[in-house]
Amino acid sequence: MNSLEEAKQAVIDDFSMYDEWLDKYEYLIDLGKNLEAYPEDKKTDDRLIKGCQSRVWLDWTVKEGRIFFQADSDAIITKGIISLLTSVYSGRTPEEIAGDDFSFISQIGLKENLSPTRANGLVSMIETIKEAARQNCPKSEIVDK
Amino acid sequence: MNVQEIRSMFPSLAQSVYGRPLVYFDNAATSQRPESVVSKWDSLVHGSNANIHRAVHKLAADATEEYESTRDAVKRFINASDRREVVFTSGTTEGINLVAFSFGEAFVHEGDEIIVSEEEHHSNIVPWQMLCQRKGALLKVLHVDDEGHLETERLRTLITDRTKLVSVAQISNVLGIENPVKEIVNICHSRGCPVLIDGAQGIVHSGIDVQDTDCDFYVFSGHKLYAATGTGVLYGKASWLERMVPYKGGGEMIDHVSFSGTTYAPIPGKFEAGTQNINAIPTLKPAIEFVNLLKDSELIQNQKTICDYLSYELGKRVHLYGVPRGTQHKVPVFSFTAGAAHHEDIALLLDKMGIAVRSGQMCAEPLMDRFGVTGMVRASLAPYNTMEEAELFVKSLDKAISMLL
Repeated sequence: MNSLEEAKQAVIDDFSMYDEWLDKYEYLIDLGKNLEAYPEDKKTDDRLIKGCQSRVWLDWTVKEGRIFFQADSDAIITKGIISLLTSVYSGRTPEEIAGDDFSFISQIGLKENLSPTRANGLVSMIETIKEAARQNCPKSEIVDK
Repeated sequence: MNVQEIRSMFPSLAQSVYGRPLVYFDNAATSQRPESVVSKWDSLVHGSNANIHRAVHKLAADATEEYESTRDAVKRFINASDRREVVFTSGTTEGINLVAFSFGEAFVHEGDEIIVSEEEHHSNIVPWQMLCQRKGALLKVLHVDDEGHLETERLRTLITDRTKLVSVAQISNVLGIENPVKEIVNICHSRGCPVLIDGAQGIVHSGIDVQDTDCDFYVFSGHKLYAATGTGVLYGKASWLERMVPYKGGGEMIDHVSFSGTTYAPIPGKFEAGTQNINAIPTLKPAIEFVNLLKDSELIQNQKTICDYLSYELGKRVHLYGVPRGTQHKVPVFSFTAGAAHHEDIALLLDKMGIAVRSGQMCAEPLMDRFGVTGMVRASLAPYNTMEEAELFVKSLDKAISMLL
């Protein structure tokens, strides 16, 4: 598996191919459409993320010291963003995720290009991913950024 | 008068977003403001900025004149019979909360009932729920049918001897259809029940004659009517207002204050505690003057043409909510869903094309539940919107939907 830094760079490189907003969104929509199916029985309120106009469910499991994320949304662009986030953070150790600053989001211009309500949803999504990591860090290793 | 003359009065409409000319179709949320409103605000802040009513100096007298002449302008605008029946508020929400509290404290007791409709904005639901919780009263709902039409006739059986007030919108902010408010008032009055009309959308598109309608209360916001934000009006029949308790205590609303007991000012002062939004309230005057300009037949015809065009074109493409029946009057508020395309995705793509629309629950979650949807897209127009904008909107909507499906 590639490193966290490599995974982030791959997303940044993908986005740098597109100058036009339209192409960026088409790319996100495409990612959304191809996101791995999320189990219907896990669309529960405790997995629902607050702060999005669209509904977002995020679930995670820990296997051999690594966190794997699975997520879904009823909105396709949001699903595209979920796909980006899970491709970067899924399969990492809790320490890696808790120690990351998530600044690559602004490097690909996602935060600025999305509407304020959408940006709030994105922030909530990131917070939930961080929270999952914190819950799985051994206490002495918690790094809060 | 043509639409370009109207547009030129609104400096904010000339801007671009993401390098594209702005198409502002979110007027049901708030309108843009004409230059005359902005300059009224400026002149009050830069000139006669003083607190009203109490001081004897020149600036205070000017500020008082601006404020109180606004009350007269509003009185004429809604055809109230008495200027004391016009209470200034911060907006529709405060107006409804005021009545829910002040009327509720005076007249609602355990076991009583309040009726609202299913198509109400949250601000015409939650204040009544809070009242009912406080008093042990019951909130009853007048439903809409499957196509979103108010089941007005059912009001006859819904009202009982315990019903203390009925509160309904003149025009729903989602459906954009004029409700038969005169008929509603007649039904309620025949049972001795007072009526509050939420005019947040209605005042913009239809106006109101409170004497002809005979409603007991009427509320609206200034900011949807081209005036400054933080301004609003509560009209109430004097016979009710005089018997209601004050909403907020403080300066201005008192007659005499002592620790052994305080007496209150006569209406409307009783409901205007503290320093009101004195720089903003007078912007209702130029806003009303602007609304009077819109009675021009060319403008009315233009807006009707655009409204018909959008009803037809959107009807072919998406599921519209609030389709008029028979002689019902539809205002240019178009809420819709587009199959599997999510409302938020559509709004996001339209935004990037320079078109501002609203998406989500539109502060009407019970109505969304009624239709079994999580949200809608809403395009709401004002008389400064053009046919070219409507055509661009339809083309852009096609593009957005094709990207999403």
